[in-house]
Amino acid sequence: MALSWARSLIVLLLISVRVLAGSEASSAAGEQVIKVTAKKFEFSPSVIAVHLNAPVVLEFTSLDRLHGFAVPDLKLEAEIKAGETTRVRFVPDKLGTFPFHCNRFCGSGHEDMNGQIVVTN
Amino acid sequence: MDFNSQNRREFLQLVGLGVGGVVFASGLGQLSGCATSRPKTQSEDDFYFLQLSDTHWGFKGPPNPEADVTLKNTVNLVNALDRQPEFIVFTGDLTHTTDDADLRRKRMGEFKQIVDGLNVKSLRFMAGEHDASLDAGKAYQEFFGELHYSFDHKGVHFVVIDNVSDPGASIGQGQLAWLRSDLQRLDSQQPIVVLTHRPLFGLYPQWDWSTQDGDAAIAVLQKYQNVTVFYGHIHQEHHFMTGQIAHHSARSLIFPLPPPGSQPKRAPVPWDPAHPSKGLGFRGIDAQGGRDYRLAEFSVGKE
Repeated sequence: MALSWARSLIVLLLISVRVLAGSEASSAAGEQVIKVTAKKFEFSPSVIAVHLNAPVVLEFTSLDRLHGFAVPDLKLEAEIKAGETTRVRFVPDKLGTFPFHCNRFCGSGHEDMNGQIVVTN
Repeated sequence: MDFNSQNRREFLQLVGLGVGGVVFASGLGQLSGCATSRPKTQSEDDFYFLQLSDTHWGFKGPPNPEADVTLKNTVNLVNALDRQPEFIVFTGDLTHTTDDADLRRKRMGEFKQIVDGLNVKSLRFMAGEHDASLDAGKAYQEFFGELHYSFDHKGVHFVVIDNVSDPGASIGQGQLAWLRSDLQRLDSQQPIVVLTHRPLFGLYPQWDWSTQDGDAAIAVLQKYQNVTVFYGHIHQEHHFMTGQIAHHSARSLIFPLPPPGSQPKRAPVPWDPAHPSKGLGFRGIDAQGGRDYRLAEFSVGKE
């Protein structure tokens, strides 16, 4: 019983590592690369954790249609076209939680398409 | 300036300092028994019009379980006003958006049929993002005509600016060139009223309450000394000055939204069955001599 539980835990851990590896990695330049998908009417992940003064690349792909990405507090803005990868590079220079939203109107639910960037030490 | 702290009192102080030409008659309560305060003497240049906004015909959801009757009731209330307006402007989001192009047209047709019941037949429409962003205004233009245009009424030049048919909320270089050209012939003292959907200034960009290139439009308008902007989009009253330009948003006729930045998300204010019309309303605008605007905020039912 205990062995079975331990095996299950190991499998879960392996899956978690694979998921993390798929969504977050480091580039050759030492940037933290975070993959973000956009679709009606959500970003995934919707909470993006980054570190102060550590360079970040957000790699956006749209799963359906044109979306946008805007973080007014960090002065970041990008258009996310379906079928393309959109990269947003930045270096977080202040601590805090900064809301982002889709700024290309995408339908009934557009107003709910948002998230947060959390910058920690 | 802190947009969120810009309340009515502060705005009135601005008016008192002589930087605006608006006097409020808001907070007049229920429509029944509510009459706008007529000026004691009226010149032939005075006129009265209504601003209705964000009717979102076709919306269904908990923020307004009575969404199928709110607009119809409003038409009846407007028809019952003691003082009938010379015309009515609708500042966008006439219909609630849909991905279905046929349903979009059906909603526009129904909206048009309902407002056709207004006794006042001079109606001026403009689009909101719900009407026009998904198809660049194609269906809207079939039903309501041009997305941007201007007209004159008793010495006041009205300009309708489209900041929604581009899904990124840009006015665009072409329309800005048209705006410059449209205003070029006017004297700098000419009274101008701008009608638009989104705020032209960055009211709260975190909630997308802005226009991408609104600053460029404001720069064009700043050359004129008597400009007033009436807009919608944010489903609540808000009053603000950029230089000498006054900006006034109107309440919606579907559901209210919270004050900018007052909560993490721009979710509608929950419907209150005890006060089903709370936060809903429309505006009467008494244009006196084409330079001073007296605003009266009407509720559409029990608040």
